[in-house]
Amino acid sequence: MHVVSPIREKLVLNGKSYHDITEDISRHVEAKPTKEWKVAFGISVLVLLYGTAWVCWTWWEGLGVWGLNKTVGWAWDITNFVWWVGIGHAGTLISAVLLLFRQKWRTSINRAAEAMTIFAVICAASFIVMHMGRPWLAYFALPLPNTFGSLWVNFNSPLVWDVFAISTYFSVSCLFWYIGMIPDLATIRDRATGMRKKVYGALAIGWTGGAKSWARYEDISLILAGLSTPLVLSVHTIVSFDFATSVIPGWHTTIFPPYFVAGAIFSGFAMVQNLMLVTRVVYKLEDYVTLDHISLMNKIITLTGSVVGIAYITEFFIAAYSGVEYEKYAFINRATGPLWWSYAAMMTCNVLSPQLFWFESIRRNIVVSFVMAVVVNIGMWFERFVIIVTSLHRDYLPSSWTYFTPRLGDISDYIFSFGFFFTAFFLFSKFLPVINMAEVKSVLKSSSEKYPEKIKKKA
Amino acid sequence: MADNKYLVGVFDDEDEVLHAVGEVRHSGVKIHEVYTPFAIHGLDRALGYDRPRMGIAAFLFGITGTCCALLLTFWTMGIDWPINVGGKNFFPWPTNVPIIFELTVLLASFGMSFTFFVMEGMGPTAKPVIFDVRSTDDKFIMAIDLSKNKLSELEITDILKESGASEVNVKEV
Repeated sequence: MHVVSPIREKLVLNGKSYHDITEDISRHVEAKPTKEWKVAFGISVLVLLYGTAWVCWTWWEGLGVWGLNKTVGWAWDITNFVWWVGIGHAGTLISAVLLLFRQKWRTSINRAAEAMTIFAVICAASFIVMHMGRPWLAYFALPLPNTFGSLWVNFNSPLVWDVFAISTYFSVSCLFWYIGMIPDLATIRDRATGMRKKVYGALAIGWTGGAKSWARYEDISLILAGLSTPLVLSVHTIVSFDFATSVIPGWHTTIFPPYFVAGAIFSGFAMVQNLMLVTRVVYKLEDYVTLDHISLMNKIITLTGSVVGIAYITEFFIAAYSGVEYEKYAFINRATGPLWWSYAAMMTCNVLSPQLFWFESIRRNIVVSFVMAVVVNIGMWFERFVIIVTSLHRDYLPSSWTYFTPRLGDISDYIFSFGFFFTAFFLFSKFLPVINMAEVKSVLKSSSEKYPEKIKKKA
Repeated sequence: MADNKYLVGVFDDEDEVLHAVGEVRHSGVKIHEVYTPFAIHGLDRALGYDRPRMGIAAFLFGITGTCCALLLTFWTMGIDWPINVGGKNFFPWPTNVPIIFELTVLLASFGMSFTFFVMEGMGPTAKPVIFDVRSTDDKFIMAIDLSKNKLSELEITDILKESGASEVNVKEV
C-alpha cells in the first residue's frame, strides 16, 4: 500500500480524483474554441502571414535584405537558429532527464514542454533553410551520391554533424511526444462520438491500456529517455562545434559544449515557464501546475543561469591566461567595444537577474516569474548575438572592421519564427491534451492530499 | 470468430486491483487481461507476465545504426572519394563520432518503437476490443474469458466481488 511522507509536496491540489483529471484536461479538447483562443490564434496567424511574406521575399531577393556585410557574415540568422535550438532543449530534458531522475513533478509540464520543443526546433531549422538562400538546394546537406553533385558531403564538417544531430533530435522528439500521448488520445477516443472518435481513434492506434501493453510501454519510455538524454546533450554540443572548431578568436574555445548546453536548458526552461504560466490560467489548470512547480522551474533557471555565469567569467579568464593577443582583444572588445551594450544586456539578464530567485517569495511570485522568464530569453538571445557578432565584426584585418545594424529583413524573418511558434502552440493546446493525464494519474496517490487519507481510513 | 463471453470486473482503486489480481489468480481463475488508465507498477508481475524485453530490440536496431553509420562514413570518406585534408588520415574516426552516435540513437528509438507497435498490433486502422470505456478514464478493468475457465460464471462473479470489484458485467466479444 502507499505510504507517503507528510512533508512530501503536493503535486495535485484540491483533492482531484482520476475522473476530475480526465475532465479537466479533456474539456479543452472537446469544447468549441473559446473567443480568447480565436483572437489569440488569429493574431498569431496574421504574424505568421507577415513573416511568411518576408521569408518569401528573402528567398526571392536574396540575403541582401539582411544587414550582413562582408565582415559580419553571420548575425541574426544564426543567432536566432541557436536561440531556438536552445529553447528546444527543455522539452526532452524535462521528460527524459527528469524521468531518469524520478522527478514526479515533470508529469504536469512535460507534454507542453515537448510540444514546445518540436515547434522550437522547426523554427530553428527554418533559419538554416533561410540562410541557405536557395532552399531548393537544401538536399545538398544530405549524404547523396555523386550523381547529385560532384562529391559526397564532408563528414569532417560540424555543419554536416548539425544536419544529422538536429534531424535526429527532431524525429526522436516527435516520437517521444507521440508515444507519450497515445494513452491520452485513447482517453479522448473513448469519450468521443462521431467524427472525433474516428480521428482520435486513428491517432490512438488501438491503445487499450492492457497490463502487458503498459509494461512494454513503460519499458520503451525508459529506454527512449535513456537514449534521448545523451541525444539532447549532443545536439547543443554539436551546435557549439560549429563555432568551437573554427579559428575565430572568441569562438575557438573548448568550454563551448557544456556552456552551450547549460544555456540551452536555461532558456528552454524560461520558455516553458512562460507558456505554462499562461496556459494554467487560460485553461484553469492551477491545481496541476502549482506554485511548487513554478518554484522548482525557477530553481533550475537559477542553477543553469549560474553555470552560464561561471562560463562567461571562465572564458574571460582563459582569454587573458592564454596569452594570445587576438583572443585577449576579442574579449576586451566584447565587453568594452562598440557592441558593449549587448554584452551588458547579456550579463544583466542571464547572470544577475536569476539570482533574485534565491528569495523564496520571488521564486513563488507568478508575475515576477513570468517577467523573469522573458528577461532570461532576451538575455540568451543577446548571448548568441554577442558570441557571433562581436567575434566577427573586428576580424584579423583592421581595414575590414565594421559594425552590424539589422535591417527590416532581419527583424521580419525573426518575427516569422514567432508567428509559426505561437500558431503551432495554439493549435496544439486546442486539439491535443496539454497535460499528460495518464502520468498525472499515476502520481496522484503519492502526491495528492486526498488519497493518502483515504488509505489511512481504510487501514 | 466465435463469440466469446467475458466477465468484466470493475475496480475503483489501483491498490485494490493490484491486490485483487493476486486473490483472483490464487482462486484458480485465469485472467484474460487487466486494463488500467495508467501504468501500475508491479501489475505485470502480479499477472505473471515476463519482464518486457524491448531493450533487445533497441540494442539490435542501435547496433544496426552504428554499423550503417560506420559503413557510410568509411566508404564515402575513405574509399569512394577520399579527400586530402592537409595530408591527414583519409579516415580519422573521431570526426565521425557525432554521425555514428546520431544514427545509432535514431535507429534504436524508431526501431524499438515500431517493434512495439507491431508486437501490440497497433496501427491507425486497428480495431481494439474495449471491455469498458471507463478503463482509459478512472476505472481498473479485469477481463476474464469464461471459455478458458473451468469455474462457472456465478462462482467467478463471487470471487471478483469478494476481491473488491465494485461491479461485475458481462461482455460478449
